[in-house]
Amino acid sequence: MNNVQNKKRANKSSLPFFLKEEFIVSFIIVFVSIILLITTFTFDIVPPILNRGIQPATFPKALLILIIGLTLIIYYVSIKKPWKIKKKLPKPFFLTLFSFVLFVFISKSLDFFLAISALSIFVSYCWGEKRIFYLLIVSIIFPLMVFIFFETILGLRFPAGIITNIYYN
Amino acid sequence: MENLLLMMAPLFSAKLLIVLFFGTLFGLILGVLPGLGPTTGGALILPFTMTLDPLSAIVLLTAIYCAGTYGGAITAILINTPGTPAAAATCLDGYPLAQKGEAGRALGMATVSSAVGGIFSVIILIFFAPFLAKLAYEFGQPEYFALAIFGLTMLASIGDGNPIKNLIAGSFGILISTIGKDFMTSIDRFTYGINELSVGIGFIPVVVGLFAISEMLTQSTMLDQVYKRVALKAVKLPSLRDYKLTWKTILRSSGIGSFIGILPAEGGTVASLIGYSEAKRWSKKPEEFGKGSIEGIAGAEAANNAATGGAMVPTLALGIPGSATTAVILTGLIIHGVRPGPDLFREQPEFLYGIFGSMIIANILFFIFGFFGAKLFARITLVPNKILWPMIFAVSVCGTYSLSQSIIDVWIMLFFGVVGFFMRRYGFSVVPVIIGLILGELVEGTLRQSLVIFEGNWLLFFTRPIVVTFFILSFIALIFPLLKKKI
Repeated sequence: MNNVQNKKRANKSSLPFFLKEEFIVSFIIVFVSIILLITTFTFDIVPPILNRGIQPATFPKALLILIIGLTLIIYYVSIKKPWKIKKKLPKPFFLTLFSFVLFVFISKSLDFFLAISALSIFVSYCWGEKRIFYLLIVSIIFPLMVFIFFETILGLRFPAGIITNIYYN
Repeated sequence: MENLLLMMAPLFSAKLLIVLFFGTLFGLILGVLPGLGPTTGGALILPFTMTLDPLSAIVLLTAIYCAGTYGGAITAILINTPGTPAAAATCLDGYPLAQKGEAGRALGMATVSSAVGGIFSVIILIFFAPFLAKLAYEFGQPEYFALAIFGLTMLASIGDGNPIKNLIAGSFGILISTIGKDFMTSIDRFTYGINELSVGIGFIPVVVGLFAISEMLTQSTMLDQVYKRVALKAVKLPSLRDYKLTWKTILRSSGIGSFIGILPAEGGTVASLIGYSEAKRWSKKPEEFGKGSIEGIAGAEAANNAATGGAMVPTLALGIPGSATTAVILTGLIIHGVRPGPDLFREQPEFLYGIFGSMIIANILFFIFGFFGAKLFARITLVPNKILWPMIFAVSVCGTYSLSQSIIDVWIMLFFGVVGFFMRRYGFSVVPVIIGLILGELVEGTLRQSLVIFEGNWLLFFTRPIVVTFFILSFIALIFPLLKKKI
């Protein structure tokens, strides 16, 4: 058992630097920060007579440079002391992430509440719930209660969709 | 005398009593559920508070804070899993004592010490917050800038996290606050032509996303975890012998917890760990710690609940959050149009003393609920995640949408949920993001206004004693965690 773990550790440390998670995370942060930094150069410049203190772009620029600098430091430190990264992500995580995409798609194209129901039943099922009664509670009864609460007690109007339109009409 | 009457006002308001009752109950339920807790619970309830008046809204949030912090102890003692991070130290002795068949005694001590710690800290809050607020009268824009910087540098020492990662997260939070129209010149920043972004990113989508949605993703990676609950007959009041053994520990930890809570960005987790280790250091039987010491439970629980009142001191007096949950409470204050700080103490004493009084009542209420309902609350932990979290998702989505009836807010919430998950996975705390987001406008606004006062001369910051003091404290706050790691 220990041998297997040692081998895994050895394999991880023998990965090229650009495949290590410390590099990937640092790279993403620096990359996004650079893109945002470039964006700050497109901000309008205030004429000196209206300018109070500093230009609107100066503060975000300083922040982004700080983030880039600090990220380079944590990457440098991680070369000597790698991060403790938890186990590989399991299948239910990816399914949950997929359910968010599903939610966005259904709520945009069909109906907001249908999207909530679809996500609820999908997540609950993927996380191991197979009993029909509980799936019904999670996907229909509870969202319905939430809808009634928001609609009648809080007086909220939800976005139009194939199901909400039936209610509103 | 007048202040005492103002504090007792919630007792004579049926509405506030109902809010307190449900807030405490809800806080307890959230506290016992691992992964939820008062911060996520507060974030979830934030959109609903919009239907309440400001005082009821903040009373609800503070009741959740007080009861949720205590609720974590129930699961820590009965299933060896802290309901909240602040209850982690309670596991060390609570669970071993429960395994010895003394779960009722352990819970009784946790309940008493939590309530004593909580009430003690509210008394500290009542005396200390106005004093701090009076000091803040001396503050101009440069002093507020230095104070906000101090609050942000304290982020470096949050929990056990990497200080540099915390600073990156805090800077990210401030960066989010710059999205939208620049408040001084009305120039668009990072809006990319999206109209909805012109008004900036709301607190609620970010808070709900970072706490609730990211936690949902985290739970999806822990589905194989099984909780084993120790049997509980009834919660017992500690015996006279227990009181004799622990009263000094409870008072000491209450003091420690209140003090730690006052420090910006620190909270119950740090307080309980220090309270626990101090209880062990002063104990006549330190060898019993970790094996079911009643002093260990008292030390940890008194400290983490005492941090609640302590953390409210900088939150109300200065507008700098004392912990993750007070960051959510501060968000609540802001969205209700209440600006914390010295003016609040001068102009709305009835509001403040109403909060103080409500916090004392919340501590008494969770004491009662804890004694009579701990057995029932412990059963809540048996609600499977596969049912609980889809329901939380439904509430999160509707709550976030309800604030400005904008679907963009829901997308922002989901985006920050995913970002929050990966941040936590790679060791970046999400709390600094929220604190950065809250303090962002204060930092930038006071910096720019200071520069106007100083006519662009940065060196003039160093001519003001309070500013220099805060800069020195900030430097220490930055260096201390790094030195601590070296040692």
